[in-house]
Amino acid sequence: MNTVEKETQSEIEALLPWHAAGTLSRADARRVEEALAADPELARRYALVLDEFGETIHLNETLGAPSAHAMEKLFAKIDAEPARRPAVSLNLGGRIAEFFAGLSPRTLAYAGTAAAIAILLQAGIIATVMMKEVKTGGYETASAPTNPPPGEGAFTLIRFAPQATQDDVTKFLEANKFSVASGPLAGGLYKVRVSAANLPKSDLGAIVKKLQGEKIVNFVATTE
Amino acid sequence: MQTTSDEVLIARIAGGDRLAMQVLFARHHVRVYRFVLRLVRNEATAEDLISDVFLDIWRQAGKFEGRSAVSTWMLGIARFKALSALRRKPEQELDEETAKRIEDEADDPETALAKKDKGALLRECLKALSAEHREVVDLVYYHEKSVEEVAGIVGIPEATVKTRMFYARKKLSELLKERGIDRGWP
Repeated sequence: MNTVEKETQSEIEALLPWHAAGTLSRADARRVEEALAADPELARRYALVLDEFGETIHLNETLGAPSAHAMEKLFAKIDAEPARRPAVSLNLGGRIAEFFAGLSPRTLAYAGTAAAIAILLQAGIIATVMMKEVKTGGYETASAPTNPPPGEGAFTLIRFAPQATQDDVTKFLEANKFSVASGPLAGGLYKVRVSAANLPKSDLGAIVKKLQGEKIVNFVATTE
Repeated sequence: MQTTSDEVLIARIAGGDRLAMQVLFARHHVRVYRFVLRLVRNEATAEDLISDVFLDIWRQAGKFEGRSAVSTWMLGIARFKALSALRRKPEQELDEETAKRIEDEADDPETALAKKDKGALLRECLKALSAEHREVVDLVYYHEKSVEEVAGIVGIPEATVKTRMFYARKKLSELLKERGIDRGWP
């Protein structure tokens, strides 16, 4: 490997954490994908990055949340602030924002509620469609349902590639006899049941390794 | 989509709208709290700082120019507040707190489990990173910030962001090695 190639490799390697988090530009993401496909050592190092990514999310998600008093404290401080004079803004962004600011609090509250309901409905529909399609796609006896009780089985955390369509995801789940247990979670992750029975760590590790090679899978890690 | 909504909320907050402030707080306070908590490592301090951060947002909303995402702007304010709080604390108190934390972790059942579980070991090492390294790792992996956004929040050049992330990951490998796991990198 010559000096230029070495520099390019270390430049690409520096981008791996952002590639794992999905925050690279399309051009950079393509460069990284190509390098990963051509360099097994880089791919091995990327697996280390994915471990860090998964565990950092896990760590932060277990940190808890502030108490309800946090908001009370904030508004007590806001109440103690002097009355505000609205600032005059002349740029386009400011005028647009001003238009929205002109809506009554009630209108804003209705709009916010409607948006929240729409998002929840959309998430619910996607999850229902995905789980339903997986269920009907597999073999099922009259006496023994194929869906195991919730919490039983072996699970992974998966984030699908941004360009993957719902159809792609459904086909992928059907082909592998997987099902979505929950999601989307933080970071666009889904908890996916990869086996109805509990698996030894080595077997689950082998499944994760296999899934890392799937184009549709952007990130995968074991979970409980 | 959410960025636009946040910008609208900021515009309303600039006009003194308390409901908009409640919505913005509800949407972002947990993530901001976790970011601050990872820096100051004290739940009570982190909770106090949250109200200070959002009070600053209330006061400065009229100055927000939309050059970055609202969440990036908020994390920048949160970081400044957390570092100021750390500077205000007497050094001795910090040392005692750190020592207590280390003792607590030694008794933590998770630590015992960590000896067997690689994931738990990795999380233990993530906790043991320096504040400088913890913040860049959290901003990249948990808060999903780009190189440019991290540079804006931390106030360093983009090249330094990449270098800092590299050294944070290198330190993580060293900490894992001390605990018996050789990642074969760097």
